[in-house]
Amino acid sequence: MQKPDMATNVYAAKGYWSRLGAQMYQYRAMYLLALPGILFFLLFKLTPLWGLMFAFKDYNPYLGFFGSEWVGFKHFNALFGDRNFYMMLRNTFAINVFGIVFMFPLPILLALMLNEVRHEAFKRINQSIVYLPHFLSWVVVASMTFFVLSTDVGIVNKLIAEAGYETISFLSQPKYFWGLITAQSMWKEVGWGTIIFLAAMAGVDPQRYEAAVVDGANRFRQIWHITLPAIRPTIIILLILRLGQMADVGFEQMLLMMNPLVMQVAEVFDTYSYTQGILRGQISSGITVGMFKGVVGFILVMGSNYIVKKSGHEGIY
Amino acid sequence: MSFVSRKKLTVFDWINYSLLAIISLVCLIPFLYVFSVSFTDPSVYVPLRFYLFPEKWSLAAYSYILSTDSFINALKSTTFITVVGTALNLIVSFSMAYALTKKAMPGRSMMMGFIIFTLVFNAGLVPNYLLVKELGLLNSYWALIWPALTNAWSLIIIKSFLESLPSELEDAAKIDGCSDIGVFLRIVIPLSMPAIATFTLFFAVAHWNTYFNAFIYLSDSSKWTLQVLVKTLVIDSDNAGMAGSGGDERSVPQETIRMASIVLAMVPILVIYPFLQKHFAKGVMLGSVKG
Repeated sequence: MQKPDMATNVYAAKGYWSRLGAQMYQYRAMYLLALPGILFFLLFKLTPLWGLMFAFKDYNPYLGFFGSEWVGFKHFNALFGDRNFYMMLRNTFAINVFGIVFMFPLPILLALMLNEVRHEAFKRINQSIVYLPHFLSWVVVASMTFFVLSTDVGIVNKLIAEAGYETISFLSQPKYFWGLITAQSMWKEVGWGTIIFLAAMAGVDPQRYEAAVVDGANRFRQIWHITLPAIRPTIIILLILRLGQMADVGFEQMLLMMNPLVMQVAEVFDTYSYTQGILRGQISSGITVGMFKGVVGFILVMGSNYIVKKSGHEGIY
Repeated sequence: MSFVSRKKLTVFDWINYSLLAIISLVCLIPFLYVFSVSFTDPSVYVPLRFYLFPEKWSLAAYSYILSTDSFINALKSTTFITVVGTALNLIVSFSMAYALTKKAMPGRSMMMGFIIFTLVFNAGLVPNYLLVKELGLLNSYWALIWPALTNAWSLIIIKSFLESLPSELEDAAKIDGCSDIGVFLRIVIPLSMPAIATFTLFFAVAHWNTYFNAFIYLSDSSKWTLQVLVKTLVIDSDNAGMAGSGGDERSVPQETIRMASIVLAMVPILVIYPFLQKHFAKGVMLGSVKG
């Protein structure tokens, strides 16, 4: 019975589309509200993804986007065969290890210290001071760093010179660089990083501390047995998410602190992508580096987010 | 731990308070040094001396900077970008986030999926640069506004906030004959003032502090933002950036001028800091680990 089947299919299809149309009409005001955002995402987030094709093409400004020649993995082969690639990999890894080992614990320690302050005014003033650097631009932070550490006008070197010693070129010697940017990030973000931990500590039942005091526990034991276990889930989640960002290095920070003398320890994927792709007009190689970093970063973030969710906590989405 | 009402500080407390004071000083000293040098009178300024407080106060460095075209231009640029950019951020972010709270809206999950995707992957800076160039936005302030119109992180947090509002109020308004747009403007927006205040500050600080996009998209020095100007003056140590109609530069030490430019680049942040501190802390909790 061919005719009834065809009629049924047509009828069903019409039903689906008319129901969809009715629903969309019902939400027409919502589409209107979302429209600017949708256009933004389509133009500024989706369109650039097409640019990643140049990682597989030789960009030619005269032939343009569609006319440029396909070259397969030529640019990736060139990238992986370049010694600079392994330098950038090492720098990215080292800067992140410094960040995780030296910087990650600091907001936790500071939060524990702040949590132990009973004098409310002292605590508030202290928090006001340590939160402030978070809101400064990296230009201001880098400029202040210059005036703190430079050999000519830096406050540290003025003190060193006044004490009769020779000045130290903190800003232009490679051996100081990773420590320098880690310390800089610490100064800028350690205060702000305490907020999440202080909030977690605020959730601890005060009676647990009372019971511990009755049992004769001193302040350190209270911290070790009550406070730290209470914030352990937060620490674990944030650490896993932090590991997921191993491909990232603060781009503006690196760009502002780089100079020719420290290039060997400062060059990372984004700064290289910028110099190759924008300064030197090597569009394809600039995009290839950026794409490599983007894909690796994507894998790491998705992996860490999966682990966090698998363990029963809320990830970044 | 208010249950413990000891009047006497223990050894632990002394050590704890001392360490916290030291950490505060580490945060403060760079500020004090920069402020101090910037307010030092040229006649008493000695390059190799260490100052935390001016021997003799003066506004010479500030007078000099404020008399130059490059600074006034930079201030205008940054203010325009910050005010217009923040206003558009709020409009687009809140209206889109509200639409995304409608779970039954066709296409919503696709939109959410793509927004979340942009949280974990992006094309990188070269494709974005090519796009801005193709759109003819180079050397236009809009190059710093359109590409930063909204972002996934803000949308997700605002959407969470809007979903936490009581739905009874929306339902009541609809029964009273309010249109969907009317519900948004008359019920949702007034209830969202805390989140709007938080995100106003957040977007404004982000725009004010933008450096890299301003640096690559605005090569015309008459359009430079404050951050680009400060970077040129201090880190590049290039005084040509401060060429202007002002007084005799030789009478004001370069160091005090540079210090003053840093102060001026961060003064608005310091002025609104009390609000920042209050609202951002809420914002962090709004976003929980998403922040």
